[in-house]
Amino acid sequence: MIKAQNLIRDFGPRRAVDGVSFEVGKGTVLGFLGPNGAGKTTTIRMVSGFLPPSSGTVFVKGIDVAVDPVSAQKSIGYMPETTPLYEDMTVSGFLKFIAEVRGFSGAERNSRVDRAIERCFLGPVRNQGIDTLSKGYRQRTCLAQTLLHDPDILLLDEPTEGLDPNQKQVVREMIREMASERVVMLSTHVLEEVEAICTRAIIISGGKVVADDTPARLKTRSTKYNAVTLRAEGGGVAETLGKLPAVEKVQVLEDGRVVVFPKAGKSIAAEILATAQEKKWTVSDIKVDEGRLDDVFRQITATEDTKKKEAA
Amino acid sequence: MNEAAQHVMAVAKREWRAYFDSPVAYVFIIIFLMLAGFFTFSLAQFYEAGQADLSGFFQWHPWLYMILVPAVAMRLWAEERRSGTIELLFTVSVTPLQALLGKFIAAWLFMLLALVLTFTVPFTAIYLGSPDGGTIFSGYLGSGLLAGAYIAAGMFTSALTRNQVISFILAVVIGLFLILAGYPPVTDLLSRWAPMWLVDGVASFSFMPHYEALQRGVIDLRDLAYFASVIVFMLFATQVVLKNKVSR
Repeated sequence: MIKAQNLIRDFGPRRAVDGVSFEVGKGTVLGFLGPNGAGKTTTIRMVSGFLPPSSGTVFVKGIDVAVDPVSAQKSIGYMPETTPLYEDMTVSGFLKFIAEVRGFSGAERNSRVDRAIERCFLGPVRNQGIDTLSKGYRQRTCLAQTLLHDPDILLLDEPTEGLDPNQKQVVREMIREMASERVVMLSTHVLEEVEAICTRAIIISGGKVVADDTPARLKTRSTKYNAVTLRAEGGGVAETLGKLPAVEKVQVLEDGRVVVFPKAGKSIAAEILATAQEKKWTVSDIKVDEGRLDDVFRQITATEDTKKKEAA
Repeated sequence: MNEAAQHVMAVAKREWRAYFDSPVAYVFIIIFLMLAGFFTFSLAQFYEAGQADLSGFFQWHPWLYMILVPAVAMRLWAEERRSGTIELLFTVSVTPLQALLGKFIAAWLFMLLALVLTFTVPFTAIYLGSPDGGTIFSGYLGSGLLAGAYIAAGMFTSALTRNQVISFILAVVIGLFLILAGYPPVTDLLSRWAPMWLVDGVASFSFMPHYEALQRGVIDLRDLAYFASVIVFMLFATQVVLKNKVSR
């Protein structure tokens, strides 16, 4: 439903987004990841039709967003990063305004506003002035605004930023619930969030897509993926394990535990256990690492950074 | 109602409420009425003049508007840009043209409401004498159009910046130019050395000749067209600024 082709956006001499392409279909929760200033917000703004790309095209349900933003925006609910709201309005007044602009009036408008208030748990503050809301309620008011016209596409720029853990949980539940019939594209730099709700993750760095995969598969890129950490009593544990054919390297931690890294794509847990039995080591603790997204994130974005430094 | 009109209406309604949900509307209307009364009755010596016409009332409007209208208009876009709500407004299927028309209508109607509330002045004149009804009508027509032109100029300067103070000052300067360009002291000064066509050219930018014609009770299509063209030009300029500047 969203198709971005070679998006480029310059701000003066600075290129914020540099050739981003991707395609997303229904039922996907796409996590857009990247360090600060990587171009996440700029990309989402271009998809939303707020910011025209310097070159490249975004199609939303087949409509070129730069050519006809008004039609494209009818299928988009967009929550900007700064959660801008009209401070002088009440929550329900604000939602009524957006509903009217979205083309609903009278009873239809009111029932849509009621539904959005209910879905985003805004009941207690519906008649409260927006300038008096806490961060969590502001965030949810801005989210409610995206749902009024039942859009097929939700663009959420850092939807859980600044929320407490409970509120984060609530927002994530809502996103997951909404995702089945839609495309949700959210940007974040919270990696646990990607693991919790995203079915696909795109990592961008320096304005370029550096990884595009499911979170589970991304984790396998971690050097720690399938690494085995163990505490074993016996002679020459590290040396012995280092000689196993599938082992890339062995590291001894300060507390005496040994971390064994496999060669890419290999699984070594069984082999290590067999060796331990054979050598009669007493293994008191053993753990297989599933790989961690933040390691992958750091590996990928850090190498990008060094590449850039080398180029400069 | 078609979609574009609905968008304009929704934006206009929001802006209108924004005036009245804050003290702005009440402070503005009270100050406007007080100043209009003060100028009319004290400075222009409405009673002492002993004439049942409203020239003493209308002649101050350009100056009053020059200071007060920018205060009404400065918020319109500067605030949207400062708070970032413009990103919201322009991603909910509203075009810049629809949004600016809605805002313009709300602000203009607000000014017209303030103007209508000066009804006590013509009523006083009617009570005391028998002024010409047609002249009163054309005077109000001129004043209403003048307010619209100031609003449009104020909206343009509001779109230029996210700072309301800058917007206010720029709008006052534009207003001052549009008054002075045709004000007799200035045109006299100019006509001492400049050729007549230049004097006329500069003066033709001014509100004053058009406004004064309407005050005298002369409704000339060319004067109406002048105000309409100032409004349309300023709205168009606002749209250009919004399209180019908003998305930085």
